[in-house]
Amino acid sequence: MIPRSAKPRKTYDFIIKIFAWLASLSGIVILAWILYTVIVKGFSSFDLAFFTELPAPPGVGGGGLANAILGTIVISLLASVIGIPIGMLAGIYLSEFGKNSNFAESVRFFTNILMGTPSIIIGIFVYTIIVLQAGNFSAYAGAVALAIMMIPLVARTTEDMLQMVPSSVREAALALGTPRWKTILDIVFRSAKKGLITGVLLAVARISGETAPLLFTALNSPYWLNGLNEPTANLTVTIFNYAMSPYDDWQQMAWGASLLITVGVLAVTVTTRFLFKEKTKNKII
Amino acid sequence: MKILSKTSTDRTNERTSDKVFRILSLAGAVVILIIMLGLFIELFNNSLLSIKKFGINFLIADIWNPVKGEFGAAASIWGTLISTLIAMIIALPLGILIAFALVELLPQKISNVIGTAIELLAAVPSIIYGMWGLFVFAPFMANYIQPVLQSIFGETGLFAGPPLGIGMLTAGIILAFMILPFIASVIRDIFLMVPAVVKESAHGMGSTLWEVTSKVTLRYGMQGIIGGAMLGLGRAIGETMAVTFVIGNSHKISTSLFAPANSITATLANEFAEASEPLYLSSLIELGLILFLITFIIQVFSQLWLKKIKKTMGVQ
Repeated sequence: MIPRSAKPRKTYDFIIKIFAWLASLSGIVILAWILYTVIVKGFSSFDLAFFTELPAPPGVGGGGLANAILGTIVISLLASVIGIPIGMLAGIYLSEFGKNSNFAESVRFFTNILMGTPSIIIGIFVYTIIVLQAGNFSAYAGAVALAIMMIPLVARTTEDMLQMVPSSVREAALALGTPRWKTILDIVFRSAKKGLITGVLLAVARISGETAPLLFTALNSPYWLNGLNEPTANLTVTIFNYAMSPYDDWQQMAWGASLLITVGVLAVTVTTRFLFKEKTKNKII
Repeated sequence: MKILSKTSTDRTNERTSDKVFRILSLAGAVVILIIMLGLFIELFNNSLLSIKKFGINFLIADIWNPVKGEFGAAASIWGTLISTLIAMIIALPLGILIAFALVELLPQKISNVIGTAIELLAAVPSIIYGMWGLFVFAPFMANYIQPVLQSIFGETGLFAGPPLGIGMLTAGIILAFMILPFIASVIRDIFLMVPAVVKESAHGMGSTLWEVTSKVTLRYGMQGIIGGAMLGLGRAIGETMAVTFVIGNSHKISTSLFAPANSITATLANEFAEASEPLYLSSLIELGLILFLITFIIQVFSQLWLKKIKKTMGVQ
């Protein structure tokens, strides 16, 4: 057998390595490019009015997105109030009661599938069950749509985090005669605290940047929030509407809103990762 | 462990408070199943009108005329499939290269920095990709990339028509950027699971680094990569905002990748809130149903697939 020359193989290896370098650089370049654009274009629309005033009609100039900022906060909070408890209960069930039973396995299966369901589908679903029935778009509907997105996220993190607590901790508590619910909520939860907070915060960050589920549920509004049962201004749908409009000053506003949303979401993501820099196993899946 | 499993199955001595808590947590789990079931029922019921009117034709007809009340999903389905295909063709090789670099090539510190950047890229909301795509990347495509492609391959076929910036190709590329972090991190995790001994034996045979990766690591983790790619595919198909901004919103099937097109998600995002006619609304919901079924099937396959691998590989 004639030995194959190593040279072409090594050259090939070298070329692939260069491509691999470039590919990983491309990740940083894209991130930097997006952040740079959003910061440069968005920062110039930040002034006091942006945070305190209602939107101005196109061409007038001035005005702000205070109502949309408030709306996004209210809808996200409401979604968290609905989604976190349900998600946590489901996670508790999977980790502490259901375990490997067939029922729990199928819940786990559908939780994963719900997590991968396009957010716009959830928007349509909530439109049919709430908006069509009530006859109007509302902050409630928007919050329910976001909550449905949160539930599987929170359920899976809760389960993962509780699973990491050694069973000896549970046994010790139970042996002292602690009721099971108290063992879970007081002892197991406390051991898994960091991971749970990380998971929940990441889920909140994730949904507060969502647009598609809000398009047909909360819609948008040029007015102040006047009650939860009417169309509600929010940052992401405002970005969509303003960016698609032909008016320069509205597009400028959209950049401001983009910067606000990006900074908000990334800040939560980065701080939770820094604060709880443990192996939380919290993958993007 | 024994004590635990006993208390969880034998419930004769269960306290009332514990019972309430168990049922409450069970209810949380049931909510997930109800949502899943509700999604099917609601989407199906609300698209009945359109299903009865157009039947199977809805899937193949290339008409979208809200004024005359004629609807066919072909253009939207086509756009969804092609833009996703473009995204996968770009993101999969890039993802493999990035994972290769992160695991084998780069010094730990640089690898961490790039890993973090990629995770952050995954956290950026999709509407930001849309904004950036429309105002920054689409003009960049029109001014630099598309003219170059046309000068290389000629202004026919896939690259026919004026370089507008927005269109199928740009949408596919933005989608690729969006799913790249996901695919890269899945493949990285799989690369990390390959036992060192397997790789070392290949190194011992005198293989180069890429030969080890392509012939040993990749093959060892192939099943996992297929599963991860399917999950990425499911995400790309359902992505809405990033695509809506740049695909151009045109209900025409074109062979050119430069031409404006439409996807299921873009059609929904653009037209749903304005659809007042019952038939129009019903057709849009049927579009949603089609998208839901596609992603559902992909998800089920990938979940079952990943489950199977976990059993055979005995990891995670």
